[in-house]
Amino acid sequence: MSTTMSFRSSLLRPLAVAALAFGLAAPALAADGHGTPKPPREEWSFAGPFGTFDQAQVQRGFQVFKEVCASCHAAHLFSFRNLAQPGGPSFSEAQAKAVAESYQVQDGPNDAGDMFDRPGRLSDRWPSPFPNEQAARASNGGAYPPDFSTLAKARTYEVGFPGFLIDIFTQYQENGVDYIHALLVGYEEPPEGFVLPEGAHYNKYFPGHAIKMPQPLTDGQVTYTDGTPETLDQYSRDVTAFMMWMAEPHLEARKRIGFQVMIFLIIFAGLLYFTKKKVWKSVGH
Amino acid sequence: MSGHSTFEPKHPALKWFESRLPLVGLIHSSFVAYPTPRNLNYWWTFGGILSLMLVCQIVSGVVLAMHYTPHITLAFDSVEHIMRDVSFGWLIRYIHANGASMFFIAVYIHMFRGLYYGSYKAPREVLWILGCIIYLLMMATAFMGYVLPWGQMSFWGATVITNLFSAFPVVGPTIVEWLWGGFSVDNATLNRFFSLHYLLPFMIAGVVVLHVWALHVVGQNNPTGVEPKSPKDTVPFTPYATIKDGFGMVCFLIFFAWFLFYIPNYLGHADNYIPANPLVTPAHIVPEWYYLPFYAMLRAVPDKLGGVLTMFGAIIVLFFVPWLDTSKVRSGVYRPLFKQFFWIWVAVCVGLGWLGAKPAEGGYVIAGRILTIYYFAHFLIILPLLGLFEKPKAVPASITEAVLGKNKGAAPASAGVSAPQTKG
Repeated sequence: MSTTMSFRSSLLRPLAVAALAFGLAAPALAADGHGTPKPPREEWSFAGPFGTFDQAQVQRGFQVFKEVCASCHAAHLFSFRNLAQPGGPSFSEAQAKAVAESYQVQDGPNDAGDMFDRPGRLSDRWPSPFPNEQAARASNGGAYPPDFSTLAKARTYEVGFPGFLIDIFTQYQENGVDYIHALLVGYEEPPEGFVLPEGAHYNKYFPGHAIKMPQPLTDGQVTYTDGTPETLDQYSRDVTAFMMWMAEPHLEARKRIGFQVMIFLIIFAGLLYFTKKKVWKSVGH
Repeated sequence: MSGHSTFEPKHPALKWFESRLPLVGLIHSSFVAYPTPRNLNYWWTFGGILSLMLVCQIVSGVVLAMHYTPHITLAFDSVEHIMRDVSFGWLIRYIHANGASMFFIAVYIHMFRGLYYGSYKAPREVLWILGCIIYLLMMATAFMGYVLPWGQMSFWGATVITNLFSAFPVVGPTIVEWLWGGFSVDNATLNRFFSLHYLLPFMIAGVVVLHVWALHVVGQNNPTGVEPKSPKDTVPFTPYATIKDGFGMVCFLIFFAWFLFYIPNYLGHADNYIPANPLVTPAHIVPEWYYLPFYAMLRAVPDKLGGVLTMFGAIIVLFFVPWLDTSKVRSGVYRPLFKQFFWIWVAVCVGLGWLGAKPAEGGYVIAGRILTIYYFAHFLIILPLLGLFEKPKAVPASITEAVLGKNKGAAPASAGVSAPQTKG
């Protein structure tokens, strides 16, 4: 079809925005992702009908985000107060406040008409590392580090037939986090004959393999205080779990309420079934 | 709505009111005393399910509109504000987003049921056409609703679909500018789509009233396709149909809740969690799943205008089904050949849906062309010819005969009299 064709030919492919179109049966990477392996399916504490976030893991993930990712990636929908809400890192209010106060936030204008800096408050949004997209691109070799707010839900990969149907029954919704974890641990040397563009890095799981983001995490980079192994794999899992929480902060409530609703509906359906049977008992149909 | 109400109010206040506006009598005759065929199966519960979904979408949508901001710089964040900060906002938004898909699942089952059992045949042509109008309105509503979160797929979906109108000669570009309210999909487009997305559901509700009215004039079809001939063939709507519809609705809600609570983003696109960016085109622009068969037809035709006409034609042809089907026998149950062709056609529709999600290249395009031709051939060639050449099976004399023939040896029983070996 000419319309779609013209869109594809005018395809401006920025480096950080991967090929991600995905629908019910929609292949995201079928055409462009030749040679891109599917990310392995990982175990996540928040997967499945009774999934919950591992509080310690999400707290460690926040530490990785704060110390590493946040220097380039914004999270403009994320507020300091979110750190203290239930169903995530669930820091105490005092801890969240301490985090907020460690940042300087621009406020104003004051009565004199001037903007001024003050320590952050719980109600403040997470400060962005760059004032605008252009500044972010200028500092990152032309690539725009995507905002973390909804990123774990904004990434996926093609599952293909019949897997996409099986996923309905197994409740697989971890496409985004599986991809992100695979990407974070997927940096390797380019294979023989692969021409890597200037300033790009080879990543096994990135569509097209040439990613502008240098490998962000390495073993021993972040110091954990709870004795958790300080490995790339662990950092990646922790920060990815944190990203899932940031993208879906009410995931725990959703699954908990969902189970209650299911119980109610199944019992209700059972009662209706037997009532219906009784009503129709005397009528052949 | 059929005939005079048998409702006789006892309470003096109700008598006073009823003699001035017979509203309770109308409800009584429509939803209590209304005679419904005794042999309706569970495929007939989808009418009720659709009414439930319409109410569900309107109620959740009205609440969402209280928190949503239709402006290109704020729309995405206001939807995320609903997801994060509004009390149970995530629930309301996921109800609305998944509810749209559930609405379409139910409407497709409802339409397939009508096509299988010949529910479009005389005297139900107007009923059928009203249903087709509702379906068209649903497509328009859902399309505009998907634009509102102003994610990548919202923006690019809107761009592709509105651009289709540019295919029309002479007036095409003018129509597109008129739809956009400018020279590209922009704030004016978002604003009018929001306004229309709020308006159209009430138009749907209006046509639903006509649809139900027409239904109550001609009566429901049933799996035998034989009209009720005696009171024995029918049962009162309440309690028989109400309890059965109620059970069907709750089962459907379980299905709905599975998606809503456990895989709420399964039916959407990951790209729509990326804010709209007119400078960045997604690798594949894919519409929502319920448009995929039509999208496949659009791309199957090498010519743009031809593709657009084919796509619209695929829906327009449905309006003429009552006259394209020449068979005297109404229900597919007694039409051995039609039955087979019906299921082939269903498979073709599913196949087109699958192709609609595939890139428009190579074998996918060829397959899309074959299935598109078959889709139209089903209506324009197979249906008219089948009626002439098919030898239908013997149709039962009445619904009661069909029912009791199934329950071997049962004594003729009128509704309310015990018949042995009834099925649940």
